[in-house]
Amino acid sequence: MSAEQPLERDHGLHLLSQMLRVRRFEEKCVELYSAAKIRGFMHLYIGEEAVAVGAIEALEPDDAVVATYREHGHALVRGVSAGAIMAEMYGKLEGCSRGRGGSMHLFDAATRFYGGNAIVGGGLPLALGLALADKLQGRERVTACFFGDGAVAEGEFHESMNLAALWRLPVLFCCENNLYAMGTAIERYESETELALKAASYEMPAWSVDGMDVIAVEDAARRATAEVRGGMPCFLELRTYRFRAHSMYDPDLYRSKEEIEHYKQHDPIPGLTGRLEAAGLVTAEDIEEIERSVAEEIEVAIAFAEAGTLEPVEDLERFVYWEGTTA
Amino acid sequence: MSASAMVTVSYREAMRAAIREALLGDERVFLMGEDVGAYGGCFGVSKGLLEEFGPERIRDTPLSESAFVGAGIGAAMGGMRPIVEVMTVNFCLLALDQIMNNAATITHMSGGQFAIPLVIRMTTGAGRQVAAQHSHSLEGWLAHIPGLRLLAPATLADARGMLALSLEDPNPVLIFEHGSLYNMEGELPADAGAVDIERAAVRRTGEHVTLIAYGGTLSTAMQAADELAGAGIEAEVIDLRVLRPLDDSTVIESLARTHRAVIIDEGWRSGSLAAEVSARIMEQAFYELDAPVARVCSAEVPMPYAQHLEQAALPQASTVVAEARRMVGGG
Repeated sequence: MSAEQPLERDHGLHLLSQMLRVRRFEEKCVELYSAAKIRGFMHLYIGEEAVAVGAIEALEPDDAVVATYREHGHALVRGVSAGAIMAEMYGKLEGCSRGRGGSMHLFDAATRFYGGNAIVGGGLPLALGLALADKLQGRERVTACFFGDGAVAEGEFHESMNLAALWRLPVLFCCENNLYAMGTAIERYESETELALKAASYEMPAWSVDGMDVIAVEDAARRATAEVRGGMPCFLELRTYRFRAHSMYDPDLYRSKEEIEHYKQHDPIPGLTGRLEAAGLVTAEDIEEIERSVAEEIEVAIAFAEAGTLEPVEDLERFVYWEGTTA
Repeated sequence: MSASAMVTVSYREAMRAAIREALLGDERVFLMGEDVGAYGGCFGVSKGLLEEFGPERIRDTPLSESAFVGAGIGAAMGGMRPIVEVMTVNFCLLALDQIMNNAATITHMSGGQFAIPLVIRMTTGAGRQVAAQHSHSLEGWLAHIPGLRLLAPATLADARGMLALSLEDPNPVLIFEHGSLYNMEGELPADAGAVDIERAAVRRTGEHVTLIAYGGTLSTAMQAADELAGAGIEAEVIDLRVLRPLDDSTVIESLARTHRAVIIDEGWRSGSLAAEVSARIMEQAFYELDAPVARVCSAEVPMPYAQHLEQAALPQASTVVAEARRMVGGG
């Protein structure tokens, strides 16, 4: 079920705008990857935008985010500038990780965005620690930890669920279940595919949500963050689907065209647009205006990345050890 | 210097005093790990601390090395100063993902945005007949990783004094406590405090040969130096203390005096810290050498249980003496 609150025009347009920012940004990334401006591994979030947009909408400015290697959307929505993200993918000094991280390792201290972790499950213990620090220092903050369904098979997932519940750490676990661990379907690697049951077995509130419905995700995330602020970690299984291959290297041979087409019928962006239109809350001009504004933001971001500079090679070994607060 | 009273302490007590002082001095410091609380620490280091500081600051953890080491990293990034205890270096393999992929990496990977002021303590080494899953010396493996600082306190003063600056370091610091040292007793000034965590130390001066050791092998080197002195060979003994970043200059300066080196390392010989130190001597002091560098390391077997086999696998003072005598005799 989705929103209990009636959808308001401004909020609806805001969510739509956030999802379109992520979608159009990544569509442009594909072009830039083909043009060899972006290299390395790049994992697209196209199809899954409702998850990051809905979940992060429920966070306060001083909450923290720990994400995975499929995190362009989370960073954008959280407030890392499109220019800094694009420059990072260009490997430029002006990137949000000074060109040392790339697509999979976006970091931003200012927005408390703690990566960009490319070890499946590796971000979960980190999120526990951030939450433990908040708890010990009496700060009422939430750490939102995003990870995929594949992470659930990792030992670190189970260790982290147990410790979070045992110590009542303020973590919102957001499991982005897109049904595949790279190319292996969930039925082929999980004995129990109802992922919320696993978290629930560690004695924390856990439930599944339609991750293709941004309103449902936001609603669930608001309920969950209320639990977390009340002193209990919470687990959301966000059922979603990626429309693109796992990464730019993936020929996508392990799932059928029919299956992909089926999920495209549940694309979260037309889904929200349709609802807004049906409620008479949005006009074609509104959508045009959002598209125009998003296109401009991306254009500015690309120009920023293009104009960026390269870290001098003499600085190769900098930042292996901490040098103090960067400006 | 003010004359401070000397007190008799064990290595274990010195370490405990260091942790206690850190807890008293900084609210951000807390200790977590397996059995650090109610049990008092697997090796008794944290005995009594739970009673004094309570369960928020002396945190018993589940047997989840990856989760609690990772939580230490996150807590450090969140403004705390965690001391994480891992029972043995063998168990730290279960947390190697967090140590390598997060603790050692995030500062660089984020372009210098995040400090990781974390201390991880663990027991290392053999000699107690606890066989092949509790006895290894994997310092050399961990010393391979940029972004970490590795310390090997081999003396009471270092057990007492290395923690303070480790907690001030904005980078992850791994402290290796050799299991055979906990019961070592001796005298320390009552007001013993912080010691540097940058430099190697010359523990004994000599002119004929340099014995280079760390952690559990320092006593082996000192014993060998005593025996060599009886034969008229004066050995200089260097305690590396800091295994990463290595303090090359103390070693090279010593070689400029003695022109001969024997490295004693409880790690396996292949790809060991001893190999690294040897390579650096070759790179930086090749023309000072009167003989090839010698290495006395552990035999390349998983550590056996039976006492005679375990001792045969470990570096022995007699082997060090033989190497030094061969070297000096041939010089």
